[in-house]
Amino acid sequence: MAVKTITQPTSRPSRLQKIWKSMSIIFESRVATVGMSMVLFWVILAFISLFWTPHDPNASDFIQNQGPSIQNWLGTDHLGRDLLSRLMQGTQVILLKTRLPGDAGISIPGGVAIWGVIGSLTLGSVLGLNAGYRGGWWDQIIMQVLDALIAFPRIVLYLVVIAALGQGDLVVILAITITGAPGVARLARSLAMDIKTRDYIRAAETRGENVWYIMFREILPNARGPLLVDGMLRVGYAIFAIGTLGFLGIGLPPPDPDWGNMVNEARRNIFSNQLAVMWPALAIASLVIGLNLFADGLREEMTRYQK
Amino acid sequence: MTELKKTPPVLKLEDVAVAYKVRGGEIEAVQNVSFEINRGETHGIVGESGCGKSTVAWAVLNFLGANGYVKRGSIKFQGQELVGVTGEELRRLRGDQIAMVYQDPMQALNPSMRLGDQMSEVLTVHRGMEQKEAEKRCIEMLERVYMPDAANVMKRYPHQISGGQQQRVVIAMALLNNPALLIMDEPTTALDVTVEAAVLDLIAELRRDFDTAIMYITHNLGVVARVSTRVGVMYAGEMVERATVEQIYKNPYHPYTQGLIRCVPKLGADKAKSVLYPIRGRVPPPDNRPVGCVYGPRCDYIQERCREERPRLRQMPNGAIVRCHFAEEIDASQWTPSEDIMPPSVEVKDVVSDPIISVKGLKKYYEVQGSSLRDVIGLGEKRYVKAVENASFEIFKGKTLGVVGESGCGKSTLIKTIIGLEDSTSGEAKFLGFDITDDISKRDESLIQELQMVFQNPDSTMNPSYTVGQQIGRPMQRFKTTPKDEIRGEVVKLLDAMRLGENYYDRLPRQLSGGEKQRVGIARALASHPDLVLCDEPVSALDVSVQAAILNLLLEVQQKFDTTLIFIAHDLSVVRFFSDHVAVMYLGQIMEIGPAEAIYTPPYHPYSEALLSAVPIPDPTAVQKHIRLKGNVPSAINPPSGCRFHTRCPRRELLPDGGKVCELEIPPWRDAAEGHRIFCHLPLETLRTFDPVITQPTEGS
Repeated sequence: MAVKTITQPTSRPSRLQKIWKSMSIIFESRVATVGMSMVLFWVILAFISLFWTPHDPNASDFIQNQGPSIQNWLGTDHLGRDLLSRLMQGTQVILLKTRLPGDAGISIPGGVAIWGVIGSLTLGSVLGLNAGYRGGWWDQIIMQVLDALIAFPRIVLYLVVIAALGQGDLVVILAITITGAPGVARLARSLAMDIKTRDYIRAAETRGENVWYIMFREILPNARGPLLVDGMLRVGYAIFAIGTLGFLGIGLPPPDPDWGNMVNEARRNIFSNQLAVMWPALAIASLVIGLNLFADGLREEMTRYQK
Repeated sequence: MTELKKTPPVLKLEDVAVAYKVRGGEIEAVQNVSFEINRGETHGIVGESGCGKSTVAWAVLNFLGANGYVKRGSIKFQGQELVGVTGEELRRLRGDQIAMVYQDPMQALNPSMRLGDQMSEVLTVHRGMEQKEAEKRCIEMLERVYMPDAANVMKRYPHQISGGQQQRVVIAMALLNNPALLIMDEPTTALDVTVEAAVLDLIAELRRDFDTAIMYITHNLGVVARVSTRVGVMYAGEMVERATVEQIYKNPYHPYTQGLIRCVPKLGADKAKSVLYPIRGRVPPPDNRPVGCVYGPRCDYIQERCREERPRLRQMPNGAIVRCHFAEEIDASQWTPSEDIMPPSVEVKDVVSDPIISVKGLKKYYEVQGSSLRDVIGLGEKRYVKAVENASFEIFKGKTLGVVGESGCGKSTLIKTIIGLEDSTSGEAKFLGFDITDDISKRDESLIQELQMVFQNPDSTMNPSYTVGQQIGRPMQRFKTTPKDEIRGEVVKLLDAMRLGENYYDRLPRQLSGGEKQRVGIARALASHPDLVLCDEPVSALDVSVQAAILNLLLEVQQKFDTTLIFIAHDLSVVRFFSDHVAVMYLGQIMEIGPAEAIYTPPYHPYSEALLSAVPIPDPTAVQKHIRLKGNVPSAINPPSGCRFHTRCPRRELLPDGGKVCELEIPPWRDAAEGHRIFCHLPLETLRTFDPVITQPTEGS
């Protein structure tokens, strides 16, 4: 699941128990449970698609623009491809694999949305912790630059990155990282400014600890919760962004189907075949909403009781 | 309780139980509480945190929140049942018949409303008074609580007046409708001791004048001794003893009350001649109380019957009401401490070597940024907060220097400068012969290792993400004082010394109580075997029974490792008990410094004298000199010229010309005795004529 890849807990005794304990908090909240089931639905579908899809997603085996039938559950698109298969395969690039550039066709695990968010969490945390903990000029300069970045409309930033570096999975990851980092940095900064007033930070300082040790070993573990929830929300935004880019035709490159691109292509035939637009749009919406509900429920539950 | 009274008591609680609904059930926070308060009576309620004191107060006001309710019993206010009263009737009672004063005045006052508007609202709403008339009454009431410049205060916002004045406004507001019952929940806990003394005087005076019934909640045994006529002691949601204030202190029946009184150091007691006995264990959480007597697990006199049957409240021959099966048989004077709480024996060692730390004329100024345009571009005149001014002292190995003073007097800045969290502005500071005027980044690692610190707040002293073992082991790892594979053994040894044991090694901070966290904090500070440990109010956030245990632990540690300590606290009895030398600070300046016993007996610095006379003493029979300081502590940006204390000094009239010299000249250091120095213009002969602040009545009176 998306969260796991980020959390990989720093190992400590009885890890399994710990994971189960932090999982059980999800079921305390109905919102989080609903959100998680929506996300899990897509994750499971993605795993299934790795091994099996009803038909070849890229083969024009059927009559074009058909409605749902026994053979094609969700119908076919303008090239006569099975929509269900394409929808299923479309989850892979978002959640499960990133295709490296080059002709070898090698992919690494973890989808574009996931890596993009990991990227923005990492970059944002480093910048935010430095700004928040060190304060003064560090804070001024880092935050001014990031504020300037926030001032750009997001789409423009995407276009700039992609125009400069060309199309590709890694470029999309980079675009998500850059646009996401300022928000994470703001959050990390405010958390660091709060946590740095605690006595245990004074204790670390009186031990003469290195600033990086204080930032990453003393502050970061205690900022983990809110940062993870924010990261989860950002996976939703990232999927949305990928959809947008796909719709504009500058998103993830073919041959793998991409939801945004599917909407874009089907749009031309919207009067004859509305369903071909509907399915990928619904897919994007349900996954994003699921992630949002999950993150919201989790945040609520985490702030409610601190036992 | 068959006795008939002409008028019903103002407040009468019978067998009240309050429960909170929580996830998966409900918790009875308060059980079987009964007491009554008559007109003109102050009923104190004492107990440690988590014993349900505040819950009782909220139950009276039906202010228990969405998930709390009175489960059993009745609360009668002037004969009228309060349980179940809701809506308009409740609203009419609150603020009109029953008023409440809370701990933090800043939170009780609306920061965005003028004080006058907030106050007059009480009258216009409850009494339907005209605005003009209401304002007039408010001003009268403010004058009644000795608010200087009352008419002007009406136009100000809460942040424009000091904490003590804010609390006066809250009290004045509570009294505006002349309520029959006033509930005060720790009203002086957030205040400095001199301000607290003035507020307590005010409360006592108002009770006499208005004939109000007051329910006074506090954890401080000294405060309750000063204000109340009757006292109820609460423990784990039950009232365990109720008696007049004299009886409670002189002849407590319940083992818990006896234990509480043994926990607090008497003002003037020191570690060589007296000992503190903590109560073992801790208050049980409300969902896990024992079946029998709630105090059973911590009681020294526990018997089979206590484990099985919960005791009822019983009346003793002298009128006290006690919840104990064996109250008559327990004789507090025959009590001997059990093994596990036996305090360390303290032997006072003679000084043999050079001072371990010597500080001369140490100054710490903070630059303040002005808000004018000139200041922003850096042309304005530079202004400084003079947080520490010319501090000079020496400490010998294995000794303790106590530092006392009100908040904002610079005691924390002083130790921050010594430990290197801040660099000093000027002056000399030598530790083991090395210069320590720079901040920690410029110090050598071996020097850093020798200076460690214990912090005030148990909840933030430990990093919530790491286990106890990891946190204590970190200094050893960092300073390489212990080889890597021996760290665990060494940590366990330290845990044993803290009386915690190896099973604490893998626990996370959230699984520990406040006292346990503080022990871990001490262990962490000791892990690198420092020569000097700075303690910044290490016990002031703890309950008294835990406080005694931590103080004993620190004493034991000091004996064992020969550690030198600087001990900051605002509680003068604790400092007296714990320290060999004491420095009294006011507005960044050390006013008096010397051996502990010399500070607490004449000759006094006038400020020390005022501080001592303000301390609430847990003994209602002790006679204390009545000195109250006027006004507020001045700003440290522009401290008063000459002697910094001259604006508030009650003794300057003793000098010729009304103490003109105090305003003009910086006072000289007067050597009263070996190592005892007083920073005052008054000649020693005059200072020696002051009477001792506290006099104990002779035996038998």
